[in-house]
Parts: sequence; structure tokens; C-alpha cells
Amino acid sequence: MSDEILKVENLDVHFRSSASIVKAVNGVNISLKKKETLGIVGESGSGKSVTATALMRLLPKGIGSIPNGKITFNGKDILSLSDKEMRDVRGNDIAMIFQDPMTSLNPVFTVGDQIEEAVRTHQQISKKEAKLKAIEMLKVVGIPEPEKRVKMYPHEFSGGMRQRVMIAIALSCNPKLLIADEPTTALDVTVQAQILELMKSLQEKNDTSIIMITHDLGVVWEMCDKVIVMYAGNTVESGKVKTIYDNPLHPYTWGLLESQITKNTLNGNKLPAIPGSPPDLRNPIRGCNFADRCPYAKEICKTTKPEPIEVEEGHIVSCHFQTKSNRLERKELVYIE
Amino acid sequence: MGKYILKRLVDLLPTIFVVAIIVFVITRLIPGDPAAVMLGPQASVEDIQELRDDLGLNEPLHTQFFQYIGDLAQGDFGVSLTYNQPVISLIMDRFPNTLILAISALVIALLIGIPAGIISASKQNSVMDYTVMVISLIGVSIPIFWLGVMLVLYFSVNLGWFPATGMGTMDEGFITYIKHLVLPSITLATIPMATFARITRSSMLEVISQDYIKTARAKGLKEFFVIGKHAFKNALTPILTVLGMQVSALLGGAVLTETIFSWPGMGRLIVDAIDKRDFVVVQGTVLFIAIIFVLVNLLIDVLYKIVNPRVNYSSGKGGAGK
Ligand SMILES: Nc1ncnc2c1ncn2[C@@H]1O[C@H](COP(=O)(O)OP(=O)(O)OP(=O)(O)O)[C@@H](O)[C@H]1O
Ligand code: SF4
Ligand SMILES: [Mg+2]
Repeated sequence: MSDEILKVENLDVHFRSSASIVKAVNGVNISLKKKETLGIVGESGSGKSVTATALMRLLPKGIGSIPNGKITFNGKDILSLSDKEMRDVRGNDIAMIFQDPMTSLNPVFTVGDQIEEAVRTHQQISKKEAKLKAIEMLKVVGIPEPEKRVKMYPHEFSGGMRQRVMIAIALSCNPKLLIADEPTTALDVTVQAQILELMKSLQEKNDTSIIMITHDLGVVWEMCDKVIVMYAGNTVESGKVKTIYDNPLHPYTWGLLESQITKNTLNGNKLPAIPGSPPDLRNPIRGCNFADRCPYAKEICKTTKPEPIEVEEGHIVSCHFQTKSNRLERKELVYIE
Repeated sequence: MGKYILKRLVDLLPTIFVVAIIVFVITRLIPGDPAAVMLGPQASVEDIQELRDDLGLNEPLHTQFFQYIGDLAQGDFGVSLTYNQPVISLIMDRFPNTLILAISALVIALLIGIPAGIISASKQNSVMDYTVMVISLIGVSIPIFWLGVMLVLYFSVNLGWFPATGMGTMDEGFITYIKHLVLPSITLATIPMATFARITRSSMLEVISQDYIKTARAKGLKEFFVIGKHAFKNALTPILTVLGMQVSALLGGAVLTETIFSWPGMGRLIVDAIDKRDFVVVQGTVLFIAIIFVLVNLLIDVLYKIVNPRVNYSSGKGGAGK
């Protein structure tokens, strides 16, 4: 398809750590069109950030590797680009913002410098033009008095303002794809909403595609067209957001939805979670990697790995019980102890 | 900034006053009578007493002290007992020589130590990293007296590449001048060089794992700028602290190095003065070095402020709110 901006096929990411290999991501597939937003959800450690980092080819050198998979971005085969070609993509075609705006800006340079640098890395423009561009970008992301603010250092900004600055940096070269790794997790609820609103409106204006990594299914519902649910390095379920909300099929997705509901009704007084913890990714897993925690697990789950099944158009689930005849019956609140 | 520096300079006056007191007391504690040393073993008690009178040594200590402070306030460091010259002119004769030695040692130490630390950190756990670490560990623990002697034995005595002692003059030509400088500055540079390599490495390692380094890479910057600009500027604060300490260590180390290489600097002046119980010179030189030391520290503080915008000084404007 011509307006497909990003296609990731069977992406594996491994880390070498003292005498063992961590299989952090296994066979992830992504398909993203222009102006579309894809959500990636999953517990801590499920491989969301690693997937994003792999797309930018910024895995730690000598430790992280991509043994399998293909990443096609805007028709380019990302994994076969030279280092220089890849640098031209970073920040220019694909930009990224991170979870903690308090630490993701460099404390010893002014915000203006940091925006100008992004622009001048990819565009042949004078220092003066870059300065004007920095002011303009601050204005675009809704920072008051940009002429004054541009000369200030990150510590003179609040968390929400800093995330706006990060967005200004990320969008300064008009990227086709913005990867946002939990961009609002560290912010107050009201500020969260403002930042999401800002991202949405800028996406609207610039036709940017977004990959939104989050723990918060509410954010997915608000922002995303598609979602992939990750668990222990695997995609367990993926599809259109509406489809997954109306008809979630994977027991892990059920658990996530349930913990989200209880989180909302309990007003955060109790941390809802799926009991148990994810498997150690250093050890090979024979069956379904959710089997230890899955309330529906049967014998076959411990011995055989479930293959992804397309249950309806674009809706893919990796669970043994997804054919019409053997589909699981979802029970409510099985995950809450 | 100018106001800040002025305020700091004024703040230094009490510090210097206290140092002057300490120096005065300590020099009176050096055993031995300067008059006796000056006149030699054959001198009679009467002669010695007469000289002591001339030198003002028989005045009560507090009178001597107020005399000394009063002179100091006018920039008068006194007159040497042995050279019969104003101490300040002795210092001005020697200090440039020490300064040249210290500066070349510092430049060598910075130019080699800091890049070595940066490379070591950016290639952590590589053969390169281990090599730098082992060499710098040897460097910080080597006795510089021994190192100086070894360098002389090998490069002057065996190979004859460099002179073993003394300082060249520009009249003898630039090359001769530099040749005299090589061995003493390498000797003096060794400890600070190794120290810079180690502090740079550890400071860089801490910075490299920060989120803003990820941001810099995600912008598409070349690794050279990610490390050399974004990481290094953040790593500078601890390096500056060590720089301040090393400058004083350099002045101290110069005493030893100058002795090994017969370098006509402040170190030799102090050692000779102590030998001859010329406490006016000891007093003057030590105080002079102390003043240099506090000024260097002030300079380092100013550099902190330039390097790190978060450092807030009571007299400065400070952050413009959150
Ligand atoms: N540098 C590394 N070396 C070894 N293993 C790593 C490294 N980085 C990540 N991993 C492994 O990859 C797994 C996935 O990590 P990742 O950061 O992608 O999780 P995440 O889904 O983003 O979680 P979170 O929600 O906490 O951000 C982790 O469990 C970790 O074991
Ligand atoms: S395959 Fe088995 S263990 Fe895995 S999610 Fe489905 S039911 Fe649960
Ligand atoms: Mg993450």
C-alpha cells in the first residue's frame, strides 16, 4: 500500500548480558499508515521501549542486536542503511520523545540551543534562521513568551513545559513518524490531557504518524487507531482499537482491561495488577509465555507455542483457543485477588 | 557575573588574613636561629645577638606580627634575610619559571588525560578502556621523585635526548628551551594526567547513561557530538573540581620536581629558604602560593557557573522561577 509509512515484519531483538541472551522482542509486526496512530501497550518489561529503540536503530552497541526482522520505513529498508543514512533518518524522518521530560533535556544547554541543534543537524540554514525556527516551534507547542523562554535552561521549566519542548524538538524537522514512549506517564493528570491534545492537533496539522507507547488504555482509546498488546516480548493481540475494545480475545488483554477498570473504580487506591510476574526472558519458553499467569491455561499451553491467528480482518491473536469452536468464555474479574 | 567576582574577591581578604597569621606562626616554629645560620658556626653569641637586633628578631612576637601585617597591607612582603633583596622581587624572578613548568604540565595532563578518559568511557570494557585504566592507576600511584630520576637516567643519560637539569633561556633558541622543559613537565604532569583520565572516565560513564544522551542520539547527531558536546559538558563539573585540586597539587609537586631537575623556580626558593632559616622568604613565598591557590579556586567557581547553569549564587540573579 502506498500510504503505508512503516512496516515491521517479524522483528526480534536480543540483548547479550553476562553469559546469556535476553530475547527481549520476538516476532513483532507493525503496519502503520500516514497520519495513523498505533498504540503499544503492555506491562513493564514487555518490550515496548526496546521495540521503539530498535526502530531508531539506537540499541546499545555491542549489547543489543536485531537477529531477525525487516523494518521498512517510507520505502527504505532501515536495517540496511549506512550509519550516516540512519542519522539522516533520526530526528528528521523519525523523531522520538521519552517518558521523563525532567531528564530528557540536556540541563546545560538552553532550550533554544537544543531546538536549533535539531534543525541545523538536518537543514542547511543559518544560525539566525534556526533561532527564529526555535521561537516559532515554542509558539507552536504553546509555550508563552517564546522569545524569552528560548534563552532559558530546562530547569526553569515545569515538567509539562519540558515535554512541550521535547515535542518542539521532535517536530522541528517535520518528521513523518513520531515515536512517543510514555510521553505523559510522568506528568500530572491535567497536564497529561493537554500534552495529548497538543500531539493530536499537531498530528492533524502535519499528517504525522504516531507510535504511542503507554500503560494507559485510556490513552489508547483517546489517541490511537490501532493497538498492539505486548507481553514478554511477544505481540499477543493486535488490531483496530475499536475492535479490541469491543471484542478482546486474548486472556492477557482481558487482564489489562480489567485492571484498567478496577484502577478507575478504585480511584487508584489499590494498584491493580495481573497476579504473578512475566517469565525470565533469558530462558527459552516452550509453550505460551503467558501460561504461568493465565487463568485459562490448559495442558497444550505449557507445551506448544500458540501461533498468531487472524480471527477477523486485521485482528490477530496469539492464543490456542481462538477458532470459533474452541473460543474461551471470558469470565469477569478473574484477575483480581 | 562581574559583581559576583568582585564580591568573591572581597570575601577572599579575611581568608588571606587568616592564612597570613598561620604562615607567620608556622615560620616561627621552624627550629633554628636565622642569625646563627647566617653567621656560621664560628660566630660569637654577641655577634648573633647584634644581628638579631638588626633583623628585629628580638622584638616581642606581637610587635613583629603587627609590623608584618602592616607591611603586607601595603603589598610589602619584607626583605630577605639572606639575599638582601625584597622578597617580592625574589618571587617575581622565580615565579614565572614555576608557572611555565606548571602550565606545561597542566596542558599535557589535560590534553592527554581528558581525551583518554572520554575514549575510555565511550568504549567501556574494551581493551582500550582497560589499558587506559591500568596506565592511569600506575600514574596516580607512582612516586614522582622516582619517576623523575628514571626519566633522567633513560632519556638524558642513556639516550641523551634531553638535558638532565636546569632551565634553558630563549636566547639559546626555542628548541633548547623546550628540550629543558620536556622531562620536568612530564614528571610533573604524570599524577594530574592520570587523575584527569580517571575522573573524566567515571564522570562520563555516569552522564552517558542519562536520558538526554538518548535524546541527542535520537536527533540524529554524530556520535562525536553526542559524546564531545552533550555528554562532556555535563561531565565537566567533577572534572573542574579535580582541576582545582590538581592546580594546588601541581604547585606542591613543583617543589619536588624543581629540586630533581634544578629548576630555578619557587620550589627551589622555598627549599633554600627553609634550609637557611630565611623565614621572611618562607613566609612570603608560602603566602604568595596561598593567594594563587585561592584565586585559582575562585576561577574554578566562576567556571562552574559558566559550565552549569543550575549552579545558583546568592549574589546572582538565579533561576527565573519554575
Ligand atoms: N540494555 C539491556 N540489556 C539487557 N536487557 C535489556 C536491556 N534493555 C532492555 N532489556 C530487556 O528488555 C526487556 C524489555 O524492556 P523494555 O524497556 O522494552 O520494557 P517496556 O515494555 O518499555 O517497559 P516499561 O513499561 O517499564 O518502560 C526488559 O525486560 C529487559 O530485560
Ligand atoms: S495460549 Fe493458553 S496460556 Fe496462552 S493465553 Fe491462551 S489460554 Fe492462556
Ligand atoms: Mg519503556
